[in-house]
Amino acid sequence: MTAPAPALTPPSGAPGRRRTTGPRQRAERREAIALVIPALLPILVFSVIPLLAGVYLGFTNATLARNAEIEFTGLENFIELAGDQQFWDSFGIGLIWAGSVAALTGVSSLALATLLNSNLRFKNLTRIIVLIPWAMPPVVTGILWRMIYDVNSGPLNAALGWFGIDRVNWLGDFSTALPAVIVVGIWSGMPQTTVLLLAGMQSIPGELHEAAAMDGANGPRRFFHITLPSLAPVLIAITSIDFIWNFNDFGIVYVLTEGGPGGRTLIPPLFTYLEAFRNREIGYASAMGDVLVLAILLILSVYIVNQFRQNKIGR
Amino acid sequence: MKTPTGVTIVQYVLLAGFLLFLGFPVLWIISASFKSSAELNSLSANLIPNEWVFTNFTTALERQNLLSSAGNSLLVAVSTMVIAVIITLPMAYVLARLRGKARAAGTVWILSTQVFPQILIIIPLFLVLRTLFLNDTLLGLILVYVTFTLPFTLWMMQGYVAAVPRELEDAGAMDGASRFRVLVHIVFPLLRPGLMATAMFTFVSAWNEFFLALVLLQSPELFTLPITLRAFLGAEGQTQLGPLAAGAVLATIPSLIIFSFLQKRLTGGMLAGAVKG
Repeated sequence: MTAPAPALTPPSGAPGRRRTTGPRQRAERREAIALVIPALLPILVFSVIPLLAGVYLGFTNATLARNAEIEFTGLENFIELAGDQQFWDSFGIGLIWAGSVAALTGVSSLALATLLNSNLRFKNLTRIIVLIPWAMPPVVTGILWRMIYDVNSGPLNAALGWFGIDRVNWLGDFSTALPAVIVVGIWSGMPQTTVLLLAGMQSIPGELHEAAAMDGANGPRRFFHITLPSLAPVLIAITSIDFIWNFNDFGIVYVLTEGGPGGRTLIPPLFTYLEAFRNREIGYASAMGDVLVLAILLILSVYIVNQFRQNKIGR
Repeated sequence: MKTPTGVTIVQYVLLAGFLLFLGFPVLWIISASFKSSAELNSLSANLIPNEWVFTNFTTALERQNLLSSAGNSLLVAVSTMVIAVIITLPMAYVLARLRGKARAAGTVWILSTQVFPQILIIIPLFLVLRTLFLNDTLLGLILVYVTFTLPFTLWMMQGYVAAVPRELEDAGAMDGASRFRVLVHIVFPLLRPGLMATAMFTFVSAWNEFFLALVLLQSPELFTLPITLRAFLGAEGQTQLGPLAAGAVLATIPSLIIFSFLQKRLTGGMLAGAVKG
């Protein structure tokens, strides 16, 4: 991590370094390949091949039927998809879902981490509580929030009742379903983000804060001028990964609403899943998946190109 | 550094708010697991059960296949853990010791696997497994879990390997030991703590995993715990909430125990990875 440009003079003993082709280097390269094969094999069979096949299936009329012949249909699926309003609606919902969850998780985790990093009491208790949602299986998260949101026996409606507010069918109502699902997304994402940010904060040298305090900077000033800038790279990385991860995943939403009511929480991967395994339209579903990959790659290419320019990866 | 009282109050109010948000749902499901079905379906919402009922746990275990599902989950999670660690270790070593373009390629690949929608892989994966006669088998699920946990396992492990001083290896090599011997006798023993952390993390991932199992398993007797719990939800209004809550609480315990051990290491591993990337 120090040693800025070791590319030309690698430390001795590194297997598979530059293209020198002495007998020793060739032996080392063979060893490296042998060591990599056990992991590469399953990756090839269960990840790379399916991924390529998945891209290809989008150009076919495949169905789930066992003996049906798969025909190449070119861009047919994509043309149909372009006119599929439900898919584009779902795309919009997916962007709102992933964007809100990532942004709100980032902000609230930053606040919580800051609190945990100050000299308040109850920090150990908080850390234990923060841990629990993180360890929870997504299915359990879904189940417990269904209980919280329950129209009749849920504590949320009971609490609102104290203030004279009528019962709301949180997960079943058109206007509340998506926000309700987003709250659960934040709940399950916050612990991890908080712990990571907290670790990031604790690695900021204390002298920075002391010096600033000496110069008369108050808490908020120190936060905006020292903590936030030092934390920015970690915060941005976590938030982007959180966005992509939520955009691609559907476990929690599936357990909470199965995409309902009336498609109001039908995020793209869930839509794709239902199309593939309920409607059995493998080809069409794969085309949806292709569009999702393309969208993510577009978002990501900006980031990667930027990284390569700064030569952060190529070392 | 003195903070004004007003600020302190705001801080505590915020902290209490976060604690309520994060902690209350968990308390609620624990409390639900001890409530009678009459109380669960009533309109009154108490955190402390009016009457403590312990039969939800026995009902869940006896009537709902929960125990055999837990057995399936345990088998799958342990196998995934063992296989993943064994095959990751050598590759993580190579990745950590590589320089230049190969390492960059490996890193980009690891990151990019986090990026593709799993749903796109799942569809043909289902077809691949069907071709291999591995669909609807626990072995198929295990192999898939191994593959899907590999990127993160590699990511963590290469961080731990990079922390092992290269001089130790060189010393071993100088004494005439083969690379294999150097790995087994010098490098791997030093990695043991990191190995344990990675293994436990893999266990939890497999134990908690939901939607690959949902797609790949059809026979109820093969269902893992999350799938069986999901099936508890059943048709609306038919759900036995008490046993469901009890099952959910039981399903969380193993990962909770492991996570409390792992918390520090996980953050360390992830941050190290993030910085090195």
